[in-house]
Amino acid sequence: MVKAVSKDFIWELLEKIPDPEIPAVSIVDLGITREVIFKDDQIHITITPTYSGCPAISFMKKEIVRSLEQNGINNYQIHTTLSPPWTTDWMSDEVKAKLSDAGIAPPGKLVHCPQCDTKNVEVISEFGSTACKALYKCNDCQEPFHHFKQF
Amino acid sequence: MRDTILFKYVLSLGDDALISAQRLAQWAYKAPFLEEDIALSNISLDLFGRANFLLEYAAELKGENTTADDLAFKRDERKFTNLLMCEHPNGNFADTIVCRFFLDAYDKLFFYTLSKSRDKQLASIAAKAIKETTYHYRHSSNWVIRLGDGTEGSHRKVQEAINNLWTFTGEFFKMTQTDIVMMKKKVGVDRKALKIEWDKTINDVCKEATLRIPENSFMTTGGREGIHTEHLGHLLSDMQYLQRAYPDATW
Ligand SMILES: [Zn+2]
Repeated sequence: MVKAVSKDFIWELLEKIPDPEIPAVSIVDLGITREVIFKDDQIHITITPTYSGCPAISFMKKEIVRSLEQNGINNYQIHTTLSPPWTTDWMSDEVKAKLSDAGIAPPGKLVHCPQCDTKNVEVISEFGSTACKALYKCNDCQEPFHHFKQF
Repeated sequence: MRDTILFKYVLSLGDDALISAQRLAQWAYKAPFLEEDIALSNISLDLFGRANFLLEYAAELKGENTTADDLAFKRDERKFTNLLMCEHPNGNFADTIVCRFFLDAYDKLFFYTLSKSRDKQLASIAAKAIKETTYHYRHSSNWVIRLGDGTEGSHRKVQEAINNLWTFTGEFFKMTQTDIVMMKKKVGVDRKALKIEWDKTINDVCKEATLRIPENSFMTTGGREGIHTEHLGHLLSDMQYLQRAYPDATW
C-alpha cells in the first residue's frame, strides 16, 4: 500500500536518526543522506558513506528502514552512491556548533579545545576511536578531546 | 560476462585492498601501543571498505549471481592477483610501516590517475580512495621519518625493512597485458609512468629520515599473474577458513 507523505516529512524522519557513533548529530547533519526523490510511487533515498571502512553505514541503512516502516511507509528504495565523495565541507556552522557542544572539535584548519577554546592543543594520534576522529590534548586545561577531521 | 578484461582489472585492484586490509588487521591488539593499534586497525578498515567497493563491482561485472564474498572467500591462491607487497608478513613495526609507506605513496599516485578513468564506477571509487590514502600516507611517511631519524635501533630496523622490501617495489610499475588494454581504453592507469614521481617521493622522505635507498635492482614480481610468495596461502587459510569449513554460512 502506498501512503501519501510529503518530502518534508521524509526529511524530518531522517533528521531524527542520530549518527550511531556521534549521537549528538543526525545523519542529515553529517551529509550522509544525499537525496530524497519521489518517482513512480516509490520514495528513493540516496545515502553516501563517510569513510570507505565506516562500519556504521549498514547500521544507518537499517535505522532508515526502521524509521520508515514504523511510520507505515513501505514503498521506498535506499541507494548508496560514492560520487561526489563525502566531505566535511557539507557540514553547516550550526552542525559544527553541535559537535563542539558535544566535546568534539569540529572540522576546520584550526583546532580549538572544545572545553576552553584555546588553540594551544596538540595531536596525540591521527586516528581516534573512529576513522573520522583524531585524538588531541589541550595544553591549557589538560583535557583530552576528539577532533572531527577535515576530510 | 560483460567485460572479461575490465573484470580482471577491477579484481586485481580489489585484491590489493583486500589482502592489505587482512594483513594490517593482524596488528589488532598487538601493536606497540594503543594509539598505533587503533591507527592500524582504522587503516585496515578503510582498505576493507575499498576492497568491498571494488569486489562488489567485479562481482557485478562477472554476473552469474556472483557476490563480493564469493570472490573474497572462494578463490584459491593462484586466482588472487594482488601485488606481492600487500601479502608480505607484518614483521616488526618498522617492516609494516615501510611496507605501507611504499604502498601508500604508490596508491596516492595510482588513484589520482584512476579518478580520471572513463569508467565512472572506477573513477568514483578512486576519488574516495585518494582522500583516505592521503591520511594513510601521512601516517606511514611520518613514521618513516621518526624511526629513521630516531634512535640507533629504530634507524637500523627501518633501514633493514627498506632493504628487504625494496625487491617488491618493481612490480608496482610493471604493466601487464590487462593494464595495457585498460590504459588504451582510457579506463586504466599507465603504472609505468608513475615511477618517476614515486621515486621522487621515496627519495625525499628517505633523505629527511637519513635512510638509504638500496642499489640492488633485482625485482621480485608475479603477483598480478597469480604467482605468489609462500605467505599468501597462509593468509588465505586464515581468512577463508570459515567459508571453506561451512560453505555459505551466514550470521
Ligand atoms: Zn582546553
